[in-house]
Amino acid sequence: MELYRAHVLICGGTGCTSSGSQTLIHTFEKELKKQGIENEVKLVKTGCFGLCEAGPIVIVYPEGTFYSHIKVEDISRITEEHLLKGIIVKDLLYKDVIHEDQILPIDEIDFYKKQKRIALKNCGAINPENIEEYIAYDGYKALGKVLTEMTPEDVINTIKKSGLRGRGGGGFPSGIKWEFTYKAEGDIKYVACNADEGDPGAFMDRSVLEGDPHTVLEAMAIAGYAVGSNQGYIYIRAEYPIAVHRLEIAIKQAREYGLLGKNIFGTGFSFDVEIRLGAGAFVCGEETALLNSIEGKRGMPRPRPPFPAIKGLWGKPTLLNNVETYANITQIILNGPEWFASMGTEKSKGTKVFALGGKINNTGLVEIPMGTTLREVIYEIGGGIPNGKKFKAVQTGGPSGGCITAEYLDTPIDYDNLIELGSMMGSGGMIIMDEDNCMVDIARFFLDFTVDESCGKCPPCRIGTKRMLEILEKITSGKGELEDIDKLERLADSIKVSSLCGLGQTAPNPVLSTLRYFRHEYEAHVKEKRCPAGVCKDLLSYNVDSDLCKKCGICAKKCPEGCIDGIKGKEVYKIDTKKCIKCGACMDACPFKAISKK
Amino acid sequence: MMKSLDELAKIREQARKKVDIRDSKHGIKIVVGMDTCGISAGARPVLLELVAEVQKRNLNDVSVVQTGCIGVCRLEPMIEVYKEGEEKVTYVEITAEKARRIIEEHIVNGKIVDEYTIGAIE
Repeated sequence: MELYRAHVLICGGTGCTSSGSQTLIHTFEKELKKQGIENEVKLVKTGCFGLCEAGPIVIVYPEGTFYSHIKVEDISRITEEHLLKGIIVKDLLYKDVIHEDQILPIDEIDFYKKQKRIALKNCGAINPENIEEYIAYDGYKALGKVLTEMTPEDVINTIKKSGLRGRGGGGFPSGIKWEFTYKAEGDIKYVACNADEGDPGAFMDRSVLEGDPHTVLEAMAIAGYAVGSNQGYIYIRAEYPIAVHRLEIAIKQAREYGLLGKNIFGTGFSFDVEIRLGAGAFVCGEETALLNSIEGKRGMPRPRPPFPAIKGLWGKPTLLNNVETYANITQIILNGPEWFASMGTEKSKGTKVFALGGKINNTGLVEIPMGTTLREVIYEIGGGIPNGKKFKAVQTGGPSGGCITAEYLDTPIDYDNLIELGSMMGSGGMIIMDEDNCMVDIARFFLDFTVDESCGKCPPCRIGTKRMLEILEKITSGKGELEDIDKLERLADSIKVSSLCGLGQTAPNPVLSTLRYFRHEYEAHVKEKRCPAGVCKDLLSYNVDSDLCKKCGICAKKCPEGCIDGIKGKEVYKIDTKKCIKCGACMDACPFKAISKK
Repeated sequence: MMKSLDELAKIREQARKKVDIRDSKHGIKIVVGMDTCGISAGARPVLLELVAEVQKRNLNDVSVVQTGCIGVCRLEPMIEVYKEGEEKVTYVEITAEKARRIIEEHIVNGKIVDEYTIGAIE
């Protein structure tokens, strides 16, 4: 049997891969050989550790040493010092690991301390391309238990009792969905997985599939047994090549081990899974559009009812859940529904994964018990706002959600609280904004996205969102009138109630919620023709403060338009605001902070 | 092709041993001095023997880790055994054979191998 005295875990998630972790692995291989310890130290490529900001991340066991921001040239030192001589390379450690000269274990640093990893349990802990590592951590044990000890009704009751709600956005109780599909009449039924994560800034489903693909396969097989289906489909966007690749490997390995296929564990139950690639259209995350796309039709939604549980793929009852929902199933089966229901709030049980992005120190993936406050997530786990800036708002739920302001930071996060604040859980994207973000511009950004992604089937969404975008562009370019704000509100309300699917029904949310909390910013754009955050270019002008200017001429040299005039050492420089393209290069270059924008 | 839960359990048990090193342990810690002095005196075979022996005996709560120079370079290879609630024990001039005996007597049976300790040698 293979025997290693140390394991080196290297993150192979999308974030760390794009910052070069693959090259790190090759370099490690070379260095280990050079030292002659390639048979003593094992290299393991894992999924995402969550702390993407500090990537590429390398963890060395048995010590559990957490190295961050690792570059190719650091590897010879880690190999020589740590792996060969056992001396930890302190200056390469993640900064929060060192506390009063002590090296803390990973789970005691701020970023991980308040997290509870259920869906992400194996992410960053196992090699996702090796089924045996999944099995080592109780993989396929839940499927075995379900097939040999439980009836389909038992499984459904367990999921119902756990209180699990759909993690894709809507928050519908999963057990009830399973029950509907189970009770629906049909000779053939299907189980489908929605991996068409499309919100800008959300990457939790991608990371689960990249880091622990088997947990989704196992959960789908359990769901298949519960609802009476033998065939599953995973709908995933082709833009997620690493996730697709690892899923393909996982499916192949599961078939080889007899954990997918005919007569699993000799119980007579058969289940198999196939992958369907999507072209990356946001609307295909909507369930009816997704099912159409799986069937090979154009990815457009249709009215509901009938719901997929009654009439789904090829007109047959179909259970459709999101990746993260499935990622909770095996743990609920193994630990019991009471365990799961003991976490969270009254109506939102368990944990939720969030993708932290925007103006935050610890960009990355976090999993927290429901009921954790936004403040804990942003300031304790997320490490706060960079560069000493002031927090302004957090956008949750992507283009379907809204923003939440500083006064609500102590709200416990759950489905219902977020909706009450005019936002939503969505799939779990969390974009943090500081004082330099213009809220009108943010709304314009999201509307720009939905206009692009609207499928065009229903006019409220196709035409309405386009009109809204035009008005927002009018406002951000300084041509807005007061009545435009009212028009925006009226349009938003009618699009919400009249659109065919979730995309259109929620598209106005970013506008409505910024209007709710930041109406004064809209009014400043319209009445004073001013962008308070200094973002909207058409409303800005750059000026040199003659008292602060030291006549060095650096600004004039940097200006790409040549629109700054003055005489070096003699005359204060001046910006020709008519020719200025507002790139900000002069302001960044000025060593005396003499240039300002307003 | 797996046909029963027993088979799955067997694979799990085997696979578990291969990833065991990544779990956090709370039991006994064996530290091997692995600086240049230790390595040239033969610490590598000692370390490997300890790892192999721990795994062979399924000592799930025992971790074997390296450290730098323990300090008395002329007595390398040295190892230290940390047991909760007990004083640290330092063994010196260790070989693979002696390491095996330490695992058997000290780690498994709880009896310190006095003749290898730094106190006996010095």
